Amino acid sequence: MIPEIGHFALILALALAACQSVLPLVGAHRNDAALMSVARSATFGQFFFVAVSFVCLTIAFLESDFSVLYVANHSQLALPTLYKVSAVWSAHEGSLLLWILLLAAWTAAVAKFSSDVPEPLIARVIGVLGLLSVGFLLFALLTSNPFDRLVPAAMDGADLNPLLQDPGLAIHPPLLYVGYVGFSVAFAFAIAAMIGGDLDQNWARWTRPWTVIAWAFLTMGIALGSWWAYYELGWGGWWFWDPVENASFMPWLMGTALIHSLAVTERRGLFKSWTLLLAISAFSLSLLGTFLVRSGIIVSVHAFATDPTRGFFILTFLAIVVVGALVLYAWRAPALDSTVGFSPLSRETFLLLNNVLLVVATTLVLLGTLAPLIVEMLNGGKISIGPPWFQVAFLIPMVPLVLLLGIGMHTAWRKQNEGPLMKLLRLPAIAALLIGVILPLLFYGRVSLMLVIGCFAAAWIVISSLIQPYRSWRRKDGAAAISRSALGMSISHLGMGLFIVGVTIVSAFGVESDRAMRVGQTLEVAGLEFELRELRQVQGPNYAAIEGVVEVRDDGDYIGTVRPQKRQYRVQKNLMTEAGIHPTWNKDLFVALGEQVGDGVWSVRIQYKPMIRFIWIGAFVMALGGLIAVSDRRRRRVTS
Amino acid sequence: MKPRQQRMLAVGLAVVGVAVAAGLTLRAFEENMMFFVDVSDVVAGDYPSERNFRIGGLVVAGSIEREEGSLDLSFRVTDTRCEIDVSYTGVLPDLFREGQGVVAHGRMGNEGVFIADKILAKHDENYMAPEVAESLGKHVQDQTASLSSRTEECETE
Repeated sequence: MIPEIGHFALILALALAACQSVLPLVGAHRNDAALMSVARSATFGQFFFVAVSFVCLTIAFLESDFSVLYVANHSQLALPTLYKVSAVWSAHEGSLLLWILLLAAWTAAVAKFSSDVPEPLIARVIGVLGLLSVGFLLFALLTSNPFDRLVPAAMDGADLNPLLQDPGLAIHPPLLYVGYVGFSVAFAFAIAAMIGGDLDQNWARWTRPWTVIAWAFLTMGIALGSWWAYYELGWGGWWFWDPVENASFMPWLMGTALIHSLAVTERRGLFKSWTLLLAISAFSLSLLGTFLVRSGIIVSVHAFATDPTRGFFILTFLAIVVVGALVLYAWRAPALDSTVGFSPLSRETFLLLNNVLLVVATTLVLLGTLAPLIVEMLNGGKISIGPPWFQVAFLIPMVPLVLLLGIGMHTAWRKQNEGPLMKLLRLPAIAALLIGVILPLLFYGRVSLMLVIGCFAAAWIVISSLIQPYRSWRRKDGAAAISRSALGMSISHLGMGLFIVGVTIVSAFGVESDRAMRVGQTLEVAGLEFELRELRQVQGPNYAAIEGVVEVRDDGDYIGTVRPQKRQYRVQKNLMTEAGIHPTWNKDLFVALGEQVGDGVWSVRIQYKPMIRFIWIGAFVMALGGLIAVSDRRRRRVTS
Repeated sequence: MKPRQQRMLAVGLAVVGVAVAAGLTLRAFEENMMFFVDVSDVVAGDYPSERNFRIGGLVVAGSIEREEGSLDLSFRVTDTRCEIDVSYTGVLPDLFREGQGVVAHGRMGNEGVFIADKILAKHDENYMAPEVAESLGKHVQDQTASLSSRTEECETE
């Protein structure tokens, strides 16, 4: 009964989404207040029914209703309750429902917190979001209904993929989706502005907070995914340049460009058509990511099982959205742009460079991701592009980006005089250079070109982004305090610096060693002693495991004990590596059990990962900065 | 310099920068491109000899041999028509198993042994890399004509 309620609720949501899209758009066109006023109530109604549907699916999981095919395939009686909930979005059908729910939630939020936005604009925004909802609801109902029944019902479920039975992965998809889906708001604002033919600085003011919030969540989602891959896939890498990772990373890069471009549009009324194009691109890349993940078209560790119909549906949807948006852009955008001058040395220039470099970076990632598809279509054989390519290609735009970032933060709008800027940045530049060379020598005892570049860039950004907060803190009475949005910017950039610290140090000094190890044996890796004290059997709620107890010592001094496990889950029989990690702020010690390779001998992977936490801490600091900037009260004021 | 000259200089520098970056990117691209080669083609001698490539197929049942107490092992991979010996040193992924799909990165050594530096088995038991599925599919279709006696024998070099 409950699954049927969920199914009906989804159909009702589709009907409401249709109202939410068509009526306000027609209303805005005819300037008919009655039709436009449908927008908000239809939105809340759609959100309500999608939420009902989502709750119904969750109940089916909690009650282990194995007469529902999706539940039977992805849950099991003995599954811990947390994972019964997270299993809802563990595969295609449920994660699509989550996507729809979040889209409805974003739309409802836009409808709720937009009282100062002119009625025609908001009606169009909600209408465009409604069109997207219609597309996704149709997708769910026609190809991927999570409420399909299984007759006869299964006695027990096939269990959730053990890799997904992890708290990190329980929240990674929702965070990531909040970000992905959030870019649809910027997209809708862009389309609405083009339909209405009116784009002023207030438009950017209303669009920007939504975009920054979406960006912050996407940042956290990606970071969490990277962290999960690090400890759960068992092999200690934090980024693999896998197509699906790239699929989430491209909208992030584009979104980063977009929030910077929006800043220019808001403050100076410039870059209007460019901002529109970025808003369209960021969301299109989100859709492309969805297509890549769900069509199974690209070889990836993340790929969902292949289904051509779904791939076809998404591709059609993607084509309609992208082509439609670009046609509208070609037709309407030229009329929107305004020409205001700015000097070559000004914040506008730096933000323009930021945008160009980020778009280049996105293009390179896109190229590397799609190259295998393109080459195969041209009958060039099946190829793959290795991570080394991405590492090289990505650095080309990134190095100038981070160097310019340290300067750009301190430039004034319109025109910046050279003298004061040089004076302000001379000391930080020298300090950063010294730190870049000395610190790695001091702590790790060697340098290389990449290491110096990395350490310099990190120190440069960290110092540069602390200048403004520091001055505000030391300010004399009466001087203006730093605004929330400037503070948010400084913190975000600081996070970027911390991230670079982590990436640089861990790539230069990380040690990874595959060895054979017997009980009682001590191995030395990265100057530390790892002793395998014992191997023992452990029982979990739905798995049995062999656990290694590994004691780590530094010159005989006890540092910690890690307990890597090799788990076998009872239902799926899969083996799973659960790494043992001893984390401290400046290094991770990581041990993973491979397999038994002889009598009492196991293969192990031992890793020493200096500063790796800074990668994820940096990303969260970036996101935090974004959220602080959004909380700025001045944002809510409208300039006329 | 006049502003106009300045602008020309800036544009010139930008063009040079982009050209250098594009050149570097393309070279790295060429170096890091890795082909997927069917096992049958490898056995027939049709593979890039000077660079790394990927092979994929099923791990032949009973073919995994490990040197006691070390990380060296060897196994055979089949695309259901031809088989190839693969050697590898290191920790194996969890889903590496006899009869299961596998992808190996590496290059050909002497005596027809593929020396793998990376072994991939996928997350999910039901998921098979599309390229492996396709590589297997080709030969499985060949076989359906006469399942008992293979019409196509494995052709070696």
